[in-house]
Amino acid sequence: MDATQLLAQATDAAGSPLATALAAADPAGLMPARQQMALSLGWHIILACFGVAFPAIIFVMHLRGIRRNDQTALDLAKRWGKVSAVLFAIGAVSGTVLSFEMGLLWPGLMGTYGDVLGLPFAFEGLAFFLEAIFLGIYLYGWGRMPPRLHLLMVVPMAITGVIGTYCVLAVNAWMNVPTGFDIVDGQVVDIQPWAVLFNAHTFMQFAHMWVAAYMVAGFSIAAVYAVGMLRGRRDRHHRLGFMVPFAFATVAALAQPFVGHLLGDGLDERQSSKLAAFELAETTDDGPSPLRIGGVLIEGEVKGAIEIPYLGSIISMSSLEPVPGLDQIPDEDEPPVNITHLAFQTMIGIGLLLMAAVALYWFLRWRRRDLLDNRWFLRLMAVSGVLAILAMEAGWIATEVGRQPWIVYGVMRTSDAAADHSAALWGVYGGSVLLYGGMTAGAVIVLRSMARRWRAGAADLPSPYGPQSPLAADGPAEIRECGDEREPGKGDEAAAKEDAR
Amino acid sequence: MMTVEFAVAAALFAGVLCYAVLGGADFGSGFHDLTAGSARRGARLRTLIDHSIGPVWEANHVWLIYVLVMWWTGFPQSFAAAMTTLYVPLVLALIGIVLRGASFAFRKYAETLAQARLFGIVFATSSVLAPFFLGTIAGALASGRVPEGGGGDPWSSWLAPTPLFTGAISVGTCAFLAGTFLTADAARRGQAALAATLRVRSLVVGAATGAVVFAALIPIEHDAPTLWEGLTSRAAPVMALSALGGIATLALLWTGRFGPARFTAVTAVAAVMAGWGVGQYPWVLVDQATIAEAAGARATMQGLLVAVGIAAVVVGPALGYLFYLTQSPRWNQAAHGNGEAPAVGATHWSRQVGG
Repeated sequence: MDATQLLAQATDAAGSPLATALAAADPAGLMPARQQMALSLGWHIILACFGVAFPAIIFVMHLRGIRRNDQTALDLAKRWGKVSAVLFAIGAVSGTVLSFEMGLLWPGLMGTYGDVLGLPFAFEGLAFFLEAIFLGIYLYGWGRMPPRLHLLMVVPMAITGVIGTYCVLAVNAWMNVPTGFDIVDGQVVDIQPWAVLFNAHTFMQFAHMWVAAYMVAGFSIAAVYAVGMLRGRRDRHHRLGFMVPFAFATVAALAQPFVGHLLGDGLDERQSSKLAAFELAETTDDGPSPLRIGGVLIEGEVKGAIEIPYLGSIISMSSLEPVPGLDQIPDEDEPPVNITHLAFQTMIGIGLLLMAAVALYWFLRWRRRDLLDNRWFLRLMAVSGVLAILAMEAGWIATEVGRQPWIVYGVMRTSDAAADHSAALWGVYGGSVLLYGGMTAGAVIVLRSMARRWRAGAADLPSPYGPQSPLAADGPAEIRECGDEREPGKGDEAAAKEDAR
Repeated sequence: MMTVEFAVAAALFAGVLCYAVLGGADFGSGFHDLTAGSARRGARLRTLIDHSIGPVWEANHVWLIYVLVMWWTGFPQSFAAAMTTLYVPLVLALIGIVLRGASFAFRKYAETLAQARLFGIVFATSSVLAPFFLGTIAGALASGRVPEGGGGDPWSSWLAPTPLFTGAISVGTCAFLAGTFLTADAARRGQAALAATLRVRSLVVGAATGAVVFAALIPIEHDAPTLWEGLTSRAAPVMALSALGGIATLALLWTGRFGPARFTAVTAVAAVMAGWGVGQYPWVLVDQATIAEAAGARATMQGLLVAVGIAAVVVGPALGYLFYLTQSPRWNQAAHGNGEAPAVGATHWSRQVGG
């Protein structure tokens, strides 16, 4: 059964309560719950990207180190392992927050549909379990396991990243295109959990997010080394540290616009209200809809948009039919239009910029010019991680806000899913802002200090609990352990010394 | 009796047991970290804690996610009821879990002593608070304070004799488990002095926790009559097993047999948890909803059992391998950082404090 049928049934079944709920003001718990979910999900998803994509990137670097006996690559892989330990730790706890919040913030959803949408979460939990286990083995296995076996421990992490992403996206796809159940007399019946796990809409959503994870992780890691190169650290360590994640980001950035386009195919039938918001279509045009770049909707009028004729219909619907406008949507079912539209186009704009940047790099490299010598390109790469994160967040805002006012499209309103406990929720939200702010600050301080000590030549980060200053205590013998400085005959000894300063 | 709902409930409760034992040992190390003394005096113990739980803590806490997912998928209404009633201790436990995980990772790579102290205090304090609040949640469920429809009183549902006692028991069992494990770890690494200190700590914590467990039975009789009835009938043998396990652990610790003491300690804690589960059977929310009443759709229950089956086959061996590695001599030697051992992986602590 599809969403429209469900919509009709749900409205029939729960007609009067829905109508009254609409007439009444939104429950006081709705707004703080939304803010809370946006904060915690938006924060977690950045770390989830690293959880999904970082292992594969580390694997390639580590493999290179072992295959070619490349100390620089091994050294990078080891450092990245330690960085990922910090990122995975805060990713794991922020993920735990989300599983609590599913119930704390959305008891209406979980109480009614918990057994419909739960199975994908069970498999996601399973995947995360394996990831946590093999992360522990990999991180503590340096120097304690045979090198090849040790390297193999990364593989399960990369695979579980795929499975975990798929499962979470299965739930989100189900929220967009609900399936696997019927509503009879207001009761949820005939539940088919496997139909939810393997629902047809999941694959494209999964592909879009999975590729996005590689863009976020790839560009973010490459950005670190781009900054290093901008500061004159142009040794092999930086070049390699840039190129491997950049290669991943390249493939992802080139593929992403196409994946996203395919995901959008058929949106006019699945969620016409979301498409109308994406395209800023207040009314259904008489002919083909133009592409409206930028602009906002003020009192029913589109203001400030650059319009390109025909293109809106062609891109979003592959036809010359007009984009169905908001005039075809009942008022109470309209999503917040402007935020959806602007977020959607922010995502696309950044995505296209990053695609153009990587395409230009490889084109010029083919013409034997290396853009890594160009400071402007390096500057762009230095912010590429932030840009990729912005694009990913904007994409999530577009799809989530665009689904409103539904939490399960056409079936359950977000206001019906929220809890009654309300005013206290603002307090919890305030606390969460502090908590996440604190965690962000802690991660930044610790990661920067790790980088600083690595630059200073510490291969192994010493104990903070020692009686003396850690670096001094380890002495020069420790500094010689660092891979960079043991790279003879490459002509970058000077650079390495520069690096150490 | 052996229905699909029962099987899912059993699998869910098995997750609770694993979390209580593995996550508990993890939390408990925070108690010992908190009480280890000044930076210099406590350095050896904190180093040991870092080595002992470093590789396993993330995996140990996935059990909580497993429990939550099984709960909301298998028994969705009761999950929503508990969440809308017990949100205060849930949020507090959650804050504890977040702060503890983050600051443990931050401390490991902290640069200065001041940073390490800050992260260390946050880690240790939240490691004590989180199991306390999780324990109060268990007590609230067991004493029938969560109404079936949800939205119960946010305060009186857990600020009551049984929940407060279960909170205290939870902190105690965590500290007891961790103490026993750490004592064995220290002995295996040849740190005799540290093992001796930990032995005394574990004896004290163990005796105190045992006393609290049995003291809790007094209020439970009136405060949670359904649970009491179960504890004194069906669950009586399990509670007796727990008592025996506790006493055996104390005896083994006393006589210095630290390796076997770990197993009796696990038995004692798992049995006291199992006693709770058996005691409140067949209720999911005591006096409110039974397993059969609270169960979700049948097809979903079957799907969950498939997931559990796959987990047993896939996660089980992997987890076993992780634990095997952390106990293997090779992993423990390297941690000492004795000149020859690859300094690469050794996490720095021991070198500083001469371990």
